[in-house]
Amino acid sequence: MQLIDQHVKGIMEGCKQRARDAGLSFEDESLEYIVTNRDMIELSPKVMIPTLYDYWVHDVRVISGQGMYELYPSNPYETVINTRPPISYYNDNNPDWLNVMIFYHVLGHIDFFQNNLFFKHTWDFDFNGQALADKRLIAKYRSEKGRWVDYVIEFSRAIDNLVGYHDHVAGTLRSEGKRALGKLDYYFDIFLQNEKKVIQSEYLKEIDRYNKIDHNRLEVVGKDATSQENHENGAYAANAHDKNITHDTNHGAAVDLNHIYESNGSLSGTKNGNISKEDLFLIDVRIKYPEFDSFYSRYIEKKEKSRLDVVQYILKNSEFLKKDENRWMKSVIEIIRNTSLVFQPQIRTKIMNEGWASIWHEMLFMQDDRIKGHETDFAKVNAGVTSMPKVGLNPYALGMRLFYHIMEMENRDCYSFEYFNLKDKVKRDKFDKSKKDNPGKKGLEKIFQIRENLNDFTFINSFIDQEFMDKHNLFVSGKRLNRERMSWQYYVKSRKAEDYRDMIINTLYHPPVIYVDHKKTTQGPLYLVHKFEGKPLKRDYIENTMVGIEYLWGRSVRLETSEPVAASAETPHQRFINFWNQPKPPSPSAAQPDNKKEITWKRVLYVMENRKLIKRDI
Amino acid sequence: MITLDELLEKDRKREEDGFKRKIRIGRIVKPVRGGREKIVVVPTTVEEKFVHDEISLEEEGEGESTGGTGDGQEGDVIGEEPIRPSEDGEGQGEGDGEGPGQGSGGDHEFESNAYELGKVLSEDFELPNLVDKGGKRTLVKFNYEMTDKNRGFGQILDKKATLRRIVETNMSLGNIPDPYAIDPSDFIIAPSDMIYRILSKEKSYESQALIFFLRDYSGSMGGKPTQTVVSQHVMLYSWLLYQYHKQVLTRFILHDTEAREVEDFYKYYSYKVAGGTKVVSAYRMVNEIVEKESLARDYNIYVFHGTDGDDWDTDGKEALVELEKMISYAARVGITVARHSYAKSKDTEVESYLKKSGLLEKHANLIRMDVLDEDAEDTRIIQGIKNLIS
Repeated sequence: MQLIDQHVKGIMEGCKQRARDAGLSFEDESLEYIVTNRDMIELSPKVMIPTLYDYWVHDVRVISGQGMYELYPSNPYETVINTRPPISYYNDNNPDWLNVMIFYHVLGHIDFFQNNLFFKHTWDFDFNGQALADKRLIAKYRSEKGRWVDYVIEFSRAIDNLVGYHDHVAGTLRSEGKRALGKLDYYFDIFLQNEKKVIQSEYLKEIDRYNKIDHNRLEVVGKDATSQENHENGAYAANAHDKNITHDTNHGAAVDLNHIYESNGSLSGTKNGNISKEDLFLIDVRIKYPEFDSFYSRYIEKKEKSRLDVVQYILKNSEFLKKDENRWMKSVIEIIRNTSLVFQPQIRTKIMNEGWASIWHEMLFMQDDRIKGHETDFAKVNAGVTSMPKVGLNPYALGMRLFYHIMEMENRDCYSFEYFNLKDKVKRDKFDKSKKDNPGKKGLEKIFQIRENLNDFTFINSFIDQEFMDKHNLFVSGKRLNRERMSWQYYVKSRKAEDYRDMIINTLYHPPVIYVDHKKTTQGPLYLVHKFEGKPLKRDYIENTMVGIEYLWGRSVRLETSEPVAASAETPHQRFINFWNQPKPPSPSAAQPDNKKEITWKRVLYVMENRKLIKRDI
Repeated sequence: MITLDELLEKDRKREEDGFKRKIRIGRIVKPVRGGREKIVVVPTTVEEKFVHDEISLEEEGEGESTGGTGDGQEGDVIGEEPIRPSEDGEGQGEGDGEGPGQGSGGDHEFESNAYELGKVLSEDFELPNLVDKGGKRTLVKFNYEMTDKNRGFGQILDKKATLRRIVETNMSLGNIPDPYAIDPSDFIIAPSDMIYRILSKEKSYESQALIFFLRDYSGSMGGKPTQTVVSQHVMLYSWLLYQYHKQVLTRFILHDTEAREVEDFYKYYSYKVAGGTKVVSAYRMVNEIVEKESLARDYNIYVFHGTDGDDWDTDGKEALVELEKMISYAARVGITVARHSYAKSKDTEVESYLKKSGLLEKHANLIRMDVLDEDAEDTRIIQGIKNLIS
């Protein structure tokens, strides 16, 4: 493993310039290493982070990786890791022109890492350096505690997919960093409606009363308010939180969302005014409901507690970990949790990230004048990476085509209401409202927005449409047994966009939602609840996972989950429930006779005590 | 870099600490043209977490959906893949597949790895050493052959080789100015140019063990039962390979209602079919092969059969007849029943008729049965091997 030579580095600096001119943005520094296939095999179990802590599972993977390489030698071209500076690896048998192509691809990734909001929590520190410190700490513990360190790592890794990633990243996006509502919102949204259950007219009266105060006070605070206006524009994350009561009468989440997307929308909000307004308003509230403040603080308390993920909850509440001799375990658990958080966005943006990098390596390489003469080589490699397989999925190809598609649609203004209302296929095909002066500009802006704000799920869910399916001749392929011919037949199962969308969404990473029921836990055993989303947990894995949790928690552990009733013997035809979309009423379009049965589910309780697992019905 | 042995050593320590072992011995198989697959033995492990399970959502006989691109209406078939891989190559395989000594590349690689695994199993998992039946045959015979060549002395002068050598020497001495007009009388001949055939000791190996691997590949075997059975058979094979110092021949037989022999392990382990089950078909085939090729005289014969316990011949009338015939010559018959998890406590057909027949008690040293769950762990599988062979 060595740094790339100065000549190639020079070429790469040229690439950076061209990429910047095209609109990508990334930090100046980057590190490039030449590695052998063997290095790659050794790095990949550590997710390519050279400084990641040592762990025997990595060793197992390395040995089996070597065995795999013996039989199926492969030549990965490149890998990038999201560190500060970003590090990318190049295979030692890449020719120079290939490294240029790859570097454009790498720049696409780096741009994605550093601009997609799902990565925001990784922006402020160098994970490579952090990992090195962690590695040393773990090595130190290992020299003191021996293999028990490995057990703690193992047990923490067993629950590292239950980390509260979304809360974590949302926390970095929200300026105040708290999730709970303000007092005023709480009063209107929860206190009046849920706690006091006031009738509608009284509720409206209260709003009215509040608005009146607004008018009376506005003159006094008006000046202040305008000076705040500038501050508000731009920092839309903050806007989303500061709901403006004078402006909207419904307090739904939808309003919040609008604020996020229309960051430039004119908000007549008077942030500063609110504060004093609020105080004034709340004085009367307190007279009427003296218990208001204690309700509010109970609400805040509840909010904070229920947001702890399973790992955090154990860290905070485990009696076992609080013992002096076990305190070191906490640092190990923290390390595993933080490491997991760093990798979460990567798994959730695979299609976008690869698509983004591919679209840019294609566009930038073609424009680069320095590589004339390698067009055919490029075409060959590029086709290998970005072609759609006859049967199967290729995230590079899919993501890239979808980005191109979105650009084209946006340039023609096809995401408009007018296009949406157009039902005529021919008119739709001919629909073109592209701007005369700079036809490509709008589409480009659109995909830059998308790379900043979306992840795989939202990307796939929002943009795979019938036009995309038709353009690339896509379909969902099925595989069935033909008994006469004794063969598997592959067939075109569906050409509908929604089926394709569902099929892809079904392949996306989605760990189960499992949280701690605090009330039931206070009785002693840790009580975990699996929020059922249509899929059961993998039963084989439950026992060992719970052994680990029991160890960290120091006493018995319960898990409440759902399982199909009599799945094995009586109902071989099980019906799959899509957990993103609520079960739809059977549509007439489902032409095949539906001989699939609905599964019935029941809640069960797994109890892990003294490393023995029992299952009970609830 | 940590070695496999060290990893296994660490894994063993887990048991002392009250945790289950985590490392399994896995294998990667690569089919190679000509039927000689390569197998590499590697450790594998699974990091268990709470994850969603894919419940089978499709109708029976329906595989998983994925993406695709290209022409065709909904419902059109765009491709086909036979369930039984093509039988091409089996015909040509027969010529060189017969008899001992297929020592060519692919096989060798598998063997050396499997041998290593056998060593690991014997040493690390404390599998017993083999108790042989009756008089043990010599493994290695020595023949004296005149195949080796020697310069300077020996029994028979190899004239052609000697002349070639002399010409070479003279050319390098510059003693042959014109290659088209050679005068042999001018040759300078050194004693070391004389090449002789010399009598030498040649090892000739004789195969000692012949193992029949029988596997039920009917529909019900899909998934875990197959994995468990194949897992156990790989380890058995590796262990016997080690025990017999690589002098092991193997035959692979698959059966549903009919039996068929396949020529290599890869096919043995990867074929699947969706048919019914008749255990007797496989037993009968073994007996026929042994009789036809009169193998019983020359080999210690082992027969290992893996099944999920289903048999259409529910009381085993036919199967038991063939079994009795089999134990008349076999050193050991080992039957593995990988029970389906839904079959909980009830005996499967194979189990019940075997138990009823009394063969297991009467010939305890010849026939063994091991019943395990379809998702048995490696340690259990290895325990099973002990049951079958000890």
